[in-house]
Amino acid sequence: MAQTQVNPTRMELTRLKKKLVTAVRGHKLLKDKRDELMRQFMDLVKANMELREKVEKGILSANQNFVIARASMTAEAMHTALLAPKQEVYLEPDHKNVMSVDIPVFDYRTRTPDDNDIYSYGFAFTSSDLDDAVKSLADILPDMIRLAEYEKSCQLMAAEIEKTRRRVNALEHVIIPETRKNIKYITMKLDENERSTQIRLMKVKDMMLEEAHGYGKKEY
Amino acid sequence: MYRIAVIGAYDSIFGFAALGLETFPVTDREDGEKLLKQLAAGGKYGVIYITEALAEQLKEQIEKYKTQLLPAIILIPGVSGNTGAGIQGVKKSVEQAVGSDILFGGE
Repeated sequence: MAQTQVNPTRMELTRLKKKLVTAVRGHKLLKDKRDELMRQFMDLVKANMELREKVEKGILSANQNFVIARASMTAEAMHTALLAPKQEVYLEPDHKNVMSVDIPVFDYRTRTPDDNDIYSYGFAFTSSDLDDAVKSLADILPDMIRLAEYEKSCQLMAAEIEKTRRRVNALEHVIIPETRKNIKYITMKLDENERSTQIRLMKVKDMMLEEAHGYGKKEY
Repeated sequence: MYRIAVIGAYDSIFGFAALGLETFPVTDREDGEKLLKQLAAGGKYGVIYITEALAEQLKEQIEKYKTQLLPAIILIPGVSGNTGAGIQGVKKSVEQAVGSDILFGGE
């Protein structure tokens, strides 16, 4: 029995039939969207994990280098050396549309093209360990920016997949079965009405014949 | 034109200044909260790297920016070592998308 109250009318039946067609079509499209998103997400998330492991390892070893550099210099000297950076990194974000999800694409530019501008200090008063440390960190920067791009994309896609999955499930398990049930209910009800009308007409015909010709009166 | 910011304890982030990223040393939770809000709302920074130790304390705030295109808030390990929070974040997005962690669950 239908849970919601439906009017067993022909108009309602047509409306529901149209609704069912739309729902089935929507379900198919959303399902395709979900599958494709999932496929792309899987590739992306695998790359994301690899990059993250690489970056974390890189930062860890860079940090170790900094600790070593720190051991051979005073904290003040270190602080002064890194106080006024020469280089600047600018980010030029773009975005690309993957299955109607906007994901970022990060492009970056440094203020000067010279690789050696990462050393913002004279070499006279700093240890060479600091140079190594800064270099090791600079090496990991492109990967860090790529990691940011991938990780953000993964987060955005995961949210979209979750939304799409819910919609697919709602259509598949709630809306479509319910509409089918309502359509069946209305068809049955209409058929029932038709039969009842027919029976009533037959009965009326019987009564009219009896009145006109007196059939059946003999039995009394 | 966007810049890149790094937030965390001074010891963990001072090296990034040399590369041309903007570093913002933070010592406690309240400062971090204020700073993150300011940086994220300002629209000047496209990527904000944050140390795992600090991110641990600002979880709810970071969660809010997850659905926005920019800024991307990315966890990095600090000088005290890797807490695994970054990897956990990746696993979480798999879990959100698939329903359960089918890729990295066994590791």
